[in-house]
Amino acid sequence: MTWVLGICSAFLVVAAVLVVVRITRGPTMLDRIVAFDVLVSATICALGLEAAVHQHTHSLPILAALALLGFVSTASVASLTGGRQGVEEEDR
Amino acid sequence: MSWTDVLDVAAAACLLAGCLLSLLAALGMIRFPDLLSRMHAATKPQVLGLVLVLVGLGLRLRDERTLGLLLLVVLFQFSTAPIASHMAGRAAFRAGQVDHDLLVTDELSETLESHEEPRGAP
Repeated sequence: MTWVLGICSAFLVVAAVLVVVRITRGPTMLDRIVAFDVLVSATICALGLEAAVHQHTHSLPILAALALLGFVSTASVASLTGGRQGVEEEDR
Repeated sequence: MSWTDVLDVAAAACLLAGCLLSLLAALGMIRFPDLLSRMHAATKPQVLGLVLVLVGLGLRLRDERTLGLLLLVVLFQFSTAPIASHMAGRAAFRAGQVDHDLLVTDELSETLESHEEPRGAP
């Protein structure tokens, strides 16, 4: 299972770096928060991968909490930027 | 080749596929032009990637007592991911950040316009 851990970790690290680039560059707040959701799901994948490779169940409650509460940030930011305020102009 | 080897290979395939979906979603976040297409890319690891990783985890743990918690994680994600996507897309549309040239069909604008007409007295 060690090579699986290596390859999957490489995938997830590259994915996290690309998502952080999008969070930094993203023209609007909603772009950033959608990218942040992808970062949360990559975190869930990393925790599940580590638990699967080492065959322990310590991180299963963390997975449940992340899956249950990951949407709160998106929902709150989306409802708070409902109008045009807080939305920057596009400058790509 | 025993049963545990078969289960390990299946778990490895599921884990690889799930992590590859995360990578593809990140590539989509970088490459796609506007918010709605980025949301399309973002839902792949949130639902299918998570299910694949958790199936791999279940195949690897081989313990029926943890299946309930794994199913609970999947249920939580299935019930909360659509709420987040819906609210983000709705806020983007109302804030005018959706590029209307990229849309194939746009039924929401017509609905919003028809609701903005003044109503008669009750």
